[in-house]
Amino acid sequence: MLEIIDLHASINGKEILKGINLTVREGEVHALMGQNGAGKSTLSNVIVGHPSYTVTQGQILFNGKDLLALSPDERAHEGIFLSFQQPVEIPGVSMVNFMRAALNARRKYQGLDPMAAGDFLKLMREKRKIVELDNKLASRSVNEGFSGGEKKRNEIFQMAMLEPRLSILDETDSGLDVDALRVVAEGFNKLRTPETSAIVITHYQRLLDYLKPDVVHVLMNGRIVRTDGPQLALEIEKRGFDWIREEL
Amino acid sequence: MQSSQQYIDLFRQSASLIDRHSAPAMNALRAAAFDDFVRLGFPTTKEERYKYTDVASLFAPDYGLNLGRIDIPVNPYDAFRCDVPNLSTSLFFVVNDVFCSRFLPKASLPEGVLVGSLCEAAVRYPSLVERCYGHLASSGEDGITALNTMLAQDGLLVYVPKGVQVERPVQVVNILRADVDLMVNRRVLIVVEEDAAIKLLFCDHAADDRRFLTTQVTEAFVGERASLDLYCLEETHAKNTRLSNLYIRQEASSHVCHNAITLMGGTTRNRTDLVFCGENASCDMGGCVVADHTQHVDNNVLIDHRVGRCSSNVLYKYVLDHEATGAFAGRVLVRPEAQQTTSVERNQNICATRQARMYTQPMLEIYADDVKCSHGSTVGQIDEAALFYMQQRGISRQEAQLLLKFAFVGEVIDTMKLEPLQDRLHHLVEKRFRGELGRCEGCRLCK
Repeated sequence: MLEIIDLHASINGKEILKGINLTVREGEVHALMGQNGAGKSTLSNVIVGHPSYTVTQGQILFNGKDLLALSPDERAHEGIFLSFQQPVEIPGVSMVNFMRAALNARRKYQGLDPMAAGDFLKLMREKRKIVELDNKLASRSVNEGFSGGEKKRNEIFQMAMLEPRLSILDETDSGLDVDALRVVAEGFNKLRTPETSAIVITHYQRLLDYLKPDVVHVLMNGRIVRTDGPQLALEIEKRGFDWIREEL
Repeated sequence: MQSSQQYIDLFRQSASLIDRHSAPAMNALRAAAFDDFVRLGFPTTKEERYKYTDVASLFAPDYGLNLGRIDIPVNPYDAFRCDVPNLSTSLFFVVNDVFCSRFLPKASLPEGVLVGSLCEAAVRYPSLVERCYGHLASSGEDGITALNTMLAQDGLLVYVPKGVQVERPVQVVNILRADVDLMVNRRVLIVVEEDAAIKLLFCDHAADDRRFLTTQVTEAFVGERASLDLYCLEETHAKNTRLSNLYIRQEASSHVCHNAITLMGGTTRNRTDLVFCGENASCDMGGCVVADHTQHVDNNVLIDHRVGRCSSNVLYKYVLDHEATGAFAGRVLVRPEAQQTTSVERNQNICATRQARMYTQPMLEIYADDVKCSHGSTVGQIDEAALFYMQQRGISRQEAQLLLKFAFVGEVIDTMKLEPLQDRLHHLVEKRFRGELGRCEGCRLCK
């Protein structure tokens, strides 16, 4: 599904990613771990096309398509979703209008007519339940005045609405209490299908306990230095990252 | 100086013609206004309150004036079709500066309420007009007010007697109509007596593709415990110049809600002076400006807290595109007597291009020691983080920019107290940003 080949990327002339190779197949969940500054968020930003990053070398293919040639919104239409580490507040734009614009933009991309207002509201109602987001939040401005937990739940709600093929969760567990973490993780699991995949960026095992990744990667200084099964995450939880560095 | 000489000569030659086609109460102030105009001339950019708009150059083109009051045939319903859904108003028309008495709303206004020609009212109710006309708008300190007072022959009177609450909003559509380039000097007098209330919506439209220059001087007297909502919407075209001087006087415990919305125009300058003369009065003043290409919009506000325990809340928002220029100067003056004043003043602006320019000057002068006041201003671009967030969800950059601009000015629209008008304005603003608002919504001539 996703194939990253020798990816180099920089921000303000500083190279952050120094040759990433990563393949994610349908139905797989990959965990991406690493110390602060290793390049995890940069990688997720580059995949979704954040304008601040420049790709200097390499390729990203998504279902065979050259992702780097597409604009961020086109990448979204192709089925890529990023759950932001820090979701942005957008005063004055209601969740309803925001989601309607997003959904109908994709339908247009797919050559479909806009969704009827009644169907859309019904869909909102259904999907809200997945992350126990109450009606009031849905009628408010996007993320404005939401607590940290509400913002993260709202990310998963949007994911439920847009039904992406590849979801990237960038520290979706940060700032969540145990109950909120459970709601978010269970919400995510409900949305999983054999056709969808995910890249989960996290520092902690507790999110992975819920999500059960198939593969765990360790990113260090802009490269993937170790790839293994789920037990790697448990080992990192116990021993930290230094032993990996020493082994290199 | 040259352009002001033109109008000095005009007045000297035409004074008797002007008088003949107006009313004694209006004529009474002309000579003094003329002297003031000779002394002041047109304001220059050296004057503090005209720093951002070169008024004299606006008068340089040769405009015709209809001093002889030649009837301009027009069926306002042909030129304007207001389709504000669910907004049921008492609809009146003013063509240039002439009140259209042939086209009146079917439903009558509450007893004693007057909406009509100022000139006629000055003849029929001279004492009412004499006790108000020219009392707020001093021609001695503003060249535009002086010119208007010297030349204005007609306009509009809105009078709400003591205790009368006008439930249905009154909508006045000002239509500019001419076959030649035209100058219009319109005068508006609004008197809301004690315990009375009215909601007024003024819509400015231009029905012809001509150069228009309008000077409009409005005086609004808001009595004790009275309430005035005054919404002014400009949807004209690039060849239009609007110079509006609005003077509001509030008595004790009165409330004013004023909103100036500039959606389309050429050069717009709105001067708004509000004075609190009685305690416990409040005002909410807002404005939103959507300007592009070479449009120029300048809002100049003075809030004069002369007495204590009043509150003022000012919010102006601009979105400037292309090479548009915007200016906002808001001076809140809290005099020594004005203890326990509360005042908030905000001006927030988006310059969507590098060429767009915004000049902003929030001012707060406090001479009392027990007050709660704040003022501030921001100029910026559209939030890139929000743009990217929206794009990641599949919304195109262009559409995301639009939604963000729309949300930005939406805050001002939401302060209005007429819900159908809010809905309508949201719709109009959206169309404006999408570039679908040709010249003015509802004008058959524009389609």
